[in-house]
Amino acid sequence: MAFIRIDGVRKVYRTRGKEFLAVSEATFDVRQGDLVALVGPSGCGKTTLLKILAGLHGYDAGTVAIGTATEPFDPARDIGMVFQQPLLLKWRRILDNVLLPAEIMGLPRAASVERAKDLLALVGLRGSEDKYPYELSGGMQQRASIARALIHDPKLVLMDEPFGALDALTREKMNLELLRIWSESRKTIVFVTHGITEAVFLGTRVVVLTAGPARMADNFEIDLPHPRTLDMRTHEQFGAYTRRIYKLLGME
Amino acid sequence: MGTEQLQRYTLAVLSHLALLAAWHLFVTLGNVPTFVMPSPLATANALLRPEYFWWRNIVATAGEIFGGYALAVVVGIGLAVLFSWFRWLEIALMPLLVSLNMIPKVALGPLFIVWFSYGVVPNILIAFSISFFPIVLTTARGLREVEPDLIDLVRSIRASRWQIFVKIQLPGALPYIFAGAKVAAILAVAGAIVGEFLGSERGLGYLMLQVQVTLDTAAMFMAVILITLIGVVLYGLVLGLERILVVRDARIG
Repeated sequence: MAFIRIDGVRKVYRTRGKEFLAVSEATFDVRQGDLVALVGPSGCGKTTLLKILAGLHGYDAGTVAIGTATEPFDPARDIGMVFQQPLLLKWRRILDNVLLPAEIMGLPRAASVERAKDLLALVGLRGSEDKYPYELSGGMQQRASIARALIHDPKLVLMDEPFGALDALTREKMNLELLRIWSESRKTIVFVTHGITEAVFLGTRVVVLTAGPARMADNFEIDLPHPRTLDMRTHEQFGAYTRRIYKLLGME
Repeated sequence: MGTEQLQRYTLAVLSHLALLAAWHLFVTLGNVPTFVMPSPLATANALLRPEYFWWRNIVATAGEIFGGYALAVVVGIGLAVLFSWFRWLEIALMPLLVSLNMIPKVALGPLFIVWFSYGVVPNILIAFSISFFPIVLTTARGLREVEPDLIDLVRSIRASRWQIFVKIQLPGALPYIFAGAKVAAILAVAGAIVGEFLGSERGLGYLMLQVQVTLDTAAMFMAVILITLIGVVLYGLVLGLERILVVRDARIG
């Protein structure tokens, strides 16, 4: 059985008597250890869908089920989040920023500190433990926020355009870094982006959402080998995937 | 201390000394009568007059300033925190506070004296009433300045409202609290002195009114300088506390 089962999810926002369809016809499965990219233009409901998975939003129809008998899911402890902005606390050193979720959940301090140091090493920030956020570049801050999302060892990591605020070069570098972190941590990741190349390059599966009206347009597996390398983007198969998405988004 | 920092301090001290020198030269070269403007030396000499009870008056004025200011900080931050916890309270009271703040606080002086008689209490209240509003305003603003995504992030792991307040809201509001506290420090000094002018039996403002009658301008100058020094000490304490509590990058104002 798949780790996440989303079936016919529909979400409508109501403001001042007006209705706005945010998500409709969303149906897809996520296997454990998948890195699923939700791709689509602004207003297609990808962030809303992510917040439904995080348990932050309700929905009007359909079902969302996370976890299996062998891999149970606790919605209070098993979610890590990364946003477009690093959202680090300015007054905390990097190590203490990474520890924030552990503090909130009341995890034992000594073990959490050890884990935080390991995670900072994993994301390539060894030696930055005692620095303040302003002493790090945007890309490095985002690495710290990825470490923070992993500190409580969640089973599901949700990322909302995590590299959208970075310059193009840093972004490519962070894509490779994310693939490395993903393969080393073996987490299930759901990743929102409006970058079509990014979605195909990172995803084991891509879910395409369209706007006006918001609905799920496609959902397919990316059959490219791992580890992915930058030159795969010139492969014929890679081009076929991106063309498929461009077509769905009416850009061809 | 770096060389650049040393240079900055040196220049700051020099500009103060230059003002003193200019003052001295203006009085001596211009043959200005002492009752119009005393020289720096004559001003310092006023401290030697025991009948002015300098020490007692300094303690009274400093007590009023620090007392009114401390009250303003406690009540101001407390009220802003309540506003952030109970939105309806802010909606009900904030417009009222804005209206009340339009009252010229100096005009309240005679009323405070009627209610609390002469002395330290009405002066503390004037200092409080004039300095507490900026603290409420900036603290309330600071507590509101939280990234919605960050709240989502901690709510996804079921952070309580108290955890969000203690770990995110309050430390995030500190730079704003200090921005208000610095403005309030200056206002508190003015408030206490105005109180002493209106009616008092001790304090540096009271002393100024006494020596005005005898045209002892040197003592008046000295009183102004001492009031200023008390203000500088208060401001310095606030600044020092800010340096300890607020990370450099987060400081504002």
